[in-house]
Amino acid sequence: MISPRVLFGGGIALTLLLALTLGALVVVGMQGVEAGALRPADWRALTFTLEQAFLSAALSVLLAIPLARALARRRFWGRDTLTSLLGAPFLLPVIVAILGVIAVWGRSGWIADAMGWAGLGRLNVYGMPGILIAHVFFNLPLAARLVLQGLADLPPERWRVAAQLGIEGRALFRLVEWPAIRASAPGAFALVFLVCATSFAVALALGGGPRATTLELAIYEAASYDFDLGRAARLAGLQFAVCAVAALVAFAASAPVTASPGALTLVERWDGRSRASRLGDAATILVVCLFLGAPMLAIFLRGVGGLDDLTGVVWAAAGRSLIVAVLAILITLLLSLGLAALIVALQTRGSRTAARLADLAGLLPIAASPFVIGIAFIIVLRPVADPFALALPLTAIVNAAMATPFALRILIPAIRLAHDEHGRLADSLGLTGLTRLRVLYWPRVRQPLGFAAGLSGALAIGDLGVIALFSTPSEPTLPLLMHLLASSRQIDAAYGAALVLIALSFGVFWVFDRLGRTG
Amino acid sequence: MIDVGNALIERGSFRLTATLSVPAGQICAIVGPSGSGKSTLLEAIAGFLPLTSGHIRIDGEDITARPPAERPVTLLFQSNNLFPHLDIERNVGLGLKPSLSLTADDRRAIADVLREVGLADLAARRPAELSGGQRQRAALARALLRKQPALLLDEPLAALGPALRDEMLALIDASVLQRGIAVLMITHAPEEARGIAHLTALCMEGRIDGAHPTAEVFANPGPELAAYLGKG
Repeated sequence: MISPRVLFGGGIALTLLLALTLGALVVVGMQGVEAGALRPADWRALTFTLEQAFLSAALSVLLAIPLARALARRRFWGRDTLTSLLGAPFLLPVIVAILGVIAVWGRSGWIADAMGWAGLGRLNVYGMPGILIAHVFFNLPLAARLVLQGLADLPPERWRVAAQLGIEGRALFRLVEWPAIRASAPGAFALVFLVCATSFAVALALGGGPRATTLELAIYEAASYDFDLGRAARLAGLQFAVCAVAALVAFAASAPVTASPGALTLVERWDGRSRASRLGDAATILVVCLFLGAPMLAIFLRGVGGLDDLTGVVWAAAGRSLIVAVLAILITLLLSLGLAALIVALQTRGSRTAARLADLAGLLPIAASPFVIGIAFIIVLRPVADPFALALPLTAIVNAAMATPFALRILIPAIRLAHDEHGRLADSLGLTGLTRLRVLYWPRVRQPLGFAAGLSGALAIGDLGVIALFSTPSEPTLPLLMHLLASSRQIDAAYGAALVLIALSFGVFWVFDRLGRTG
Repeated sequence: MIDVGNALIERGSFRLTATLSVPAGQICAIVGPSGSGKSTLLEAIAGFLPLTSGHIRIDGEDITARPPAERPVTLLFQSNNLFPHLDIERNVGLGLKPSLSLTADDRRAIADVLREVGLADLAARRPAELSGGQRQRAALARALLRKQPALLLDEPLAALGPALRDEMLALIDASVLQRGIAVLMITHAPEEARGIAHLTALCMEGRIDGAHPTAEVFANPGPELAAYLGKG
């Protein structure tokens, strides 16, 4: 028997999530009178989305493989820090990374200066190249972590058997490393593809125009410039289909994602002692560190200079972002706790099929467009309230929905573990209600709960998506303000604000993660 | 002949000192509680852990400083001795050629040794299609093919039932010892030691003080062994 409380809470969470994803799609779709056939511009957005997502995923994974190999077999000072840092881009606000990429690769960036000095002409970062650089910057670490996890999961005996038999170099790659890579790389590819297929901020800042517009950017433009809701709904349906396919592939092809940045255990290795192999690995690690580190360094250097340009506007925007983050955390936890409890209850006492369906519903936001949710809010609320006056809570709700799949991946295993290990003991002792919650679940769930809260807070604080739809330029959140500053050539102030945003994003993550561990 | 003299092995805060020697064609059981350092010794002999001091000799040759691939020993693990995506023939063939460019002669030699361990019909199978006992016999076949004078067994029978265990012990007796290979075998089960081992070495609290005739060891167990074996 599933307790009525779990059924009730989970039912509400499930209904809300379905309403926010599928419901919103229907609401917006009903506005589209002649939503039928796709126009040439729609096709262009679709093909560009697929093309850039494919290239981003391919580049990320192809670069991740040598990096993961090198990190898996080398021990060096700072290695553990480096592997932990590979989890950091997930918390980094997109707009910050974009500014960093521009500072290094942009028209007056470091690379362009160096190329100009060497007489190689100037690199134009806008359009496909910039989008790919930004996407690889974000997703190479993610892909590398997944491939590294695959290599770390190999039984340690395998390396020893190989060492004993004198299997080295290409034979070792073929016999030991490649099977592990082949098992983890497709999942990594699908995940990166999914992330890039819904890319908005990167396309907004670095792409745009008829030749470099993603579906998500096209939805935004249709809704906010043209107010062509029919087109927005059409594009959203398209995006939903693309993401649903990619998401199915990603979750079929990948092992459970461990989002938590932790040190991966290092087995002793006896291969790769040759000079060439050591130099190769060192070069790989160095190049990736430069690629990932240079934009961060650029932001820091230019940001420190820009701190003087920070005005009250920046602090007001930071305050708004904090409000959005706190609200988003609350809503994420309510949605994901309710749903996670229901899913575990269904897994263990109800029907497996129902559990799988509820699980799938929890993944829906990955395929949903935040703009469609936002537009649906505008349509539904306009008769009764001013949606633009509710910009902050609405942004928080949309962000909470988008963070829920990640929170679920973190919470479900923890609740399941508590249930599997001590559920029967609790049953036999007659623990129910609050006591059961406090004794059985709380000690197990506390830490993942803090982690999930920190993650959703960091994501919400860095959000540059649906806020662009709701917010008026006079009352922006911090990421939106940065975008406005950067596009109005107040670039120094934008870099200064970037430092504030980084501090807020990682600060919120740190505080909640810490609360989960200690408080 | 395996000869370990005054070896000191340090692993974090754990220290193992070991002295023992096993003549060719004999088998020595290492008996002791878990955590006492039995596996540490085998890993050191195979070259996976460095010695702080002391020496390891195989047939009189000092191998103390050599990398794993250059030591004339084979270490067999409890599991994961085979590569899951290679068939049994090629898994065994790795013992001849790490590059797996097998000649007709190589393949004949592989077929012979597979017949010897009773896996002649399973050459084309993958490890996942074999039972645990069959997998260990395939790993043993590879060790035989390598023709190394020393074989180290890290509880290779722990996961097997009693019948399979006897079968494997008989195989070790018939195939390994007949070839004049010296064997070191870790075991938790005293009856395994009594059943097959010429020599027994006790491993207690990070110390191994020589290998002695098995019958003697069990006839006059010292206080430590008596405590480990329990009464009766």
